[in-house]
Amino acid sequence: MDLISGEKLEKMTSMEKIRLILDKVKNGKIVVLECGLTSDEEVRLIEMTMTEIRVDEFSGIEIESYPSKKEGSFLDKIFGRTLKGRMTVIGPANQLRTIEKDKYQISTKVSVGD
Amino acid sequence: MGFINSLKESLGSWIDRIFKKKRAKIGLYGPPNAGKTTLANRILHDWSEGESLGVASPIPHETRRAMRKEGVVIHANGSSIELDIVDTPGMATKVDFKEFMAFGLTEAESKKRAKEATEGVIEAIKWLDDLDGVLLVMDSTEDPYTQVNVVVIGNMEARKLPLLIVANKMDLPNASPARIKAAFPQHAMVQISALEGSNIDNLYQAIAAHFG
Ligand SMILES: Nc1nc2c(ncn2[C@@H]2O[C@H](COP(=O)(O)OP(=O)(O)OP(=O)(O)O)[C@@H](O)[C@H]2O)c(=O)[nH]1
Ligand SMILES: [Mg+2]
Repeated sequence: MDLISGEKLEKMTSMEKIRLILDKVKNGKIVVLECGLTSDEEVRLIEMTMTEIRVDEFSGIEIESYPSKKEGSFLDKIFGRTLKGRMTVIGPANQLRTIEKDKYQISTKVSVGD
Repeated sequence: MGFINSLKESLGSWIDRIFKKKRAKIGLYGPPNAGKTTLANRILHDWSEGESLGVASPIPHETRRAMRKEGVVIHANGSSIELDIVDTPGMATKVDFKEFMAFGLTEAESKKRAKEATEGVIEAIKWLDDLDGVLLVMDSTEDPYTQVNVVVIGNMEARKLPLLIVANKMDLPNASPARIKAAFPQHAMVQISALEGSNIDNLYQAIAAHFG
């Protein structure tokens, strides 16, 4: 699992973010973005994903985003400050099942440093 | 010719203004199998002499090319609105050909369908640039908080364009429109069964109110 901090994301252009995410996910990684993408970036990510789907190689992505209303989440502790925007988890299709919608499980996975 | 055409155009818009005929290009969006084509066909059946826009099917990604029907006039709330209806391919973040094989398609057919489905998703996304509003169709028996729904809603909000959520498949016993309402409380929602046509007049009223 790869964490990408809000600070790093802020310095990147939309295309750089999408490329980084897709490259990691195509390599089987689960990417956690500290703050989410804009709706425009999300659409472009889906579009790029579709163009890169290949039979038996890459069948797409799964995305979960978590509203970050609650303060003091595990990522705050990791990065030592408060969150802005939605935390977003992106992984290869059919591999995100285990962490889907289960905030507790995500935090354990991250703290283990997978 | 150019002069005649521009005269026709300005005359047309002048007539539109006098008679207050409202026009809107509306896209039907949503995940595969939500019932977009079933709903598009029902709207056409009710208001456009029974033609159909496309084939509905239990196999996901049945619609892989956007289909448009111009000039569908809906009467509701004592006014009328002329719609261009665009039935779009189901939007997804993944497409796996094996899913189609489970429906009995051959491997070759499934791979072809998968390729076309990815192109269809891109086409649906491109259409977002060219619409006046969206009917976001959801299967009420499924979890509404998906990336596809979030992305379509986020996009329409960013464009400040009207969006109406259609909670479809209300005829099924485990349908839960309340779950949809809870996920997206900021948007208007109408619950229908596109298959059976139940509550469809409420949808037409909401369309007139939202897109008129
Ligand atoms: N029970 C029930 N089934 C419905 C309803 N609307 C559609 N369906 C069924 O759901 C399946 C998918 O319907 P479609 O209209 O093809 O769905 P779609 O959203 O156009 O799907 P794609 O084109 O694949 O994106 C079909 O088997 C329909 O008969 C409904 O209101 N109730
Ligand atoms: Mg369809």
